[in-house]
Amino acid sequence: MIKINNLTKKFGSHVSLDNVSCEFNKNESIALMGANGAGKTTLIRSILGYYHPDAGDVSINGLDPIKQRIEVLKEISFVPQLPPPIKLNIEELIQYICISADVDKEKILYYSNEMKLDLKTNMGKSFFKLSGGMKQKLLIAISLAKKSNIIIYDEPTANLDPKARDDFYRLLKQNEEEKVLLFVTHRLEEVKDLVNRQIYMDLGKVVSDDKI
Amino acid sequence: MKNLYLIAYLDLKESIRAKWFVVYSLVFGGMIALFFIAGVTESQVMGFSGLSRLLLMYIQITIVILPIFILITTVRSISGDRDNHILEYMLSFPISLKQYYWGKIIGRFITVYLPVLFAMVIAIIYGSFKGAAIPWSIFFLYTGLLFAMSSAFLGIAFFISSFVKSSEVALGIAFFVWIFLLAFIDIALISLMMQNRFNEELIIFIALANPMEIFRVAAISLFDPELTVMGPVAFYILDSMSQMVFVLISIGYPLFIGLLFAFMGYKIFEKKDLV
Repeated sequence: MIKINNLTKKFGSHVSLDNVSCEFNKNESIALMGANGAGKTTLIRSILGYYHPDAGDVSINGLDPIKQRIEVLKEISFVPQLPPPIKLNIEELIQYICISADVDKEKILYYSNEMKLDLKTNMGKSFFKLSGGMKQKLLIAISLAKKSNIIIYDEPTANLDPKARDDFYRLLKQNEEEKVLLFVTHRLEEVKDLVNRQIYMDLGKVVSDDKI
Repeated sequence: MKNLYLIAYLDLKESIRAKWFVVYSLVFGGMIALFFIAGVTESQVMGFSGLSRLLLMYIQITIVILPIFILITTVRSISGDRDNHILEYMLSFPISLKQYYWGKIIGRFITVYLPVLFAMVIAIIYGSFKGAAIPWSIFFLYTGLLFAMSSAFLGIAFFISSFVKSSEVALGIAFFVWIFLLAFIDIALISLMMQNRFNEELIIFIALANPMEIFRVAAISLFDPELTVMGPVAFYILDSMSQMVFVLISIGYPLFIGLLFAFMGYKIFEKKDLV
């Protein structure tokens, strides 16, 4: 599903990804680990087509995420590390997602409810005015409602309390079949029941890649 | 197309709720109210009176403050979204960069243009209630000029926004552009002429390449078709083209500048790393 061939990405003189090659296939749940600055976020952003590589390429189901971004992004759900301070209210944010990504609003409400997030009373509230945990729950609900084949989570549980983490992992377990799940995490023990592969990055390189 | 309208619609809604929009609308609406309260329509200066006089004052002030308002409020639209990771999330959905960029421009254009236009419409409506003659030709010329001027500075702002990584730098560049163009309306040009480094025709050409200057001259040209208030500069302008051609150029040229900068901004946005 995801093929990364000799990918190099530099920012000025700093090499963020150094000739990285790997493949992520259906039914794989991968924990992407490494110290700060190891290149994990750069790798994810390259998969999402945000970065123009200095060398090498990325392909998603044979498609280029930069040139064919619409087709590629239909297949991907993404939750960033920190919820961005979006000023749209929740109703408008959901409208943006439902129209642009053809997501069913009822599904977002369903998964929000499963994450114990009461959306209906907060619809008129600006997204950035929600608490950190509420924002994260909504982004997770959206990622699950999108029904993508590739789900990318960059430290998704950072703002969640233990109960919400349990809800999140339960919902993920129900939705992981026939998908690629890619977790950026510093805590393997939290996702060890979900993942079947562990990749460790350091200084822009993949230093270990093990099946669990 | 639905995504383009969606982005424009959401940007418009978001902008209308923002504090800067309230201040922006109050400044232009308040200016018109202040003119009426101060009795500008009853005064007569250089032969202009009534609503014509009011619109002339409005446009003279707008020349200075509209560009900086547009630049400051717009220049952060993409660079700000990039800065605080909004772009990273919003562009993770299947929406093309073209739809995102041009949708933002359309939404922002409506936001910056409508309050300026509404302020003039309010002046016309209130003036007609007070029994003043409506200067329709001036009203339509100003509507066109403000449209062109808003386009020019919106295009420049989006161009800056597309290549700058931090919104602070974007603000700094926007302020510099404004000061630079404002200085070249009079101060720098007069000093150049006084030092006699260039011939007058070149200086006037440089002046008219400035969208703020061409806007100002065109705004005067309907009251004063011979441009006598401008002195010898009028000779160079009206000797090379008719007043009608000049007015058309003064609308078409800033529009072209705006579209050109917006297009260059889009090309940069498309070619550069998004976050």
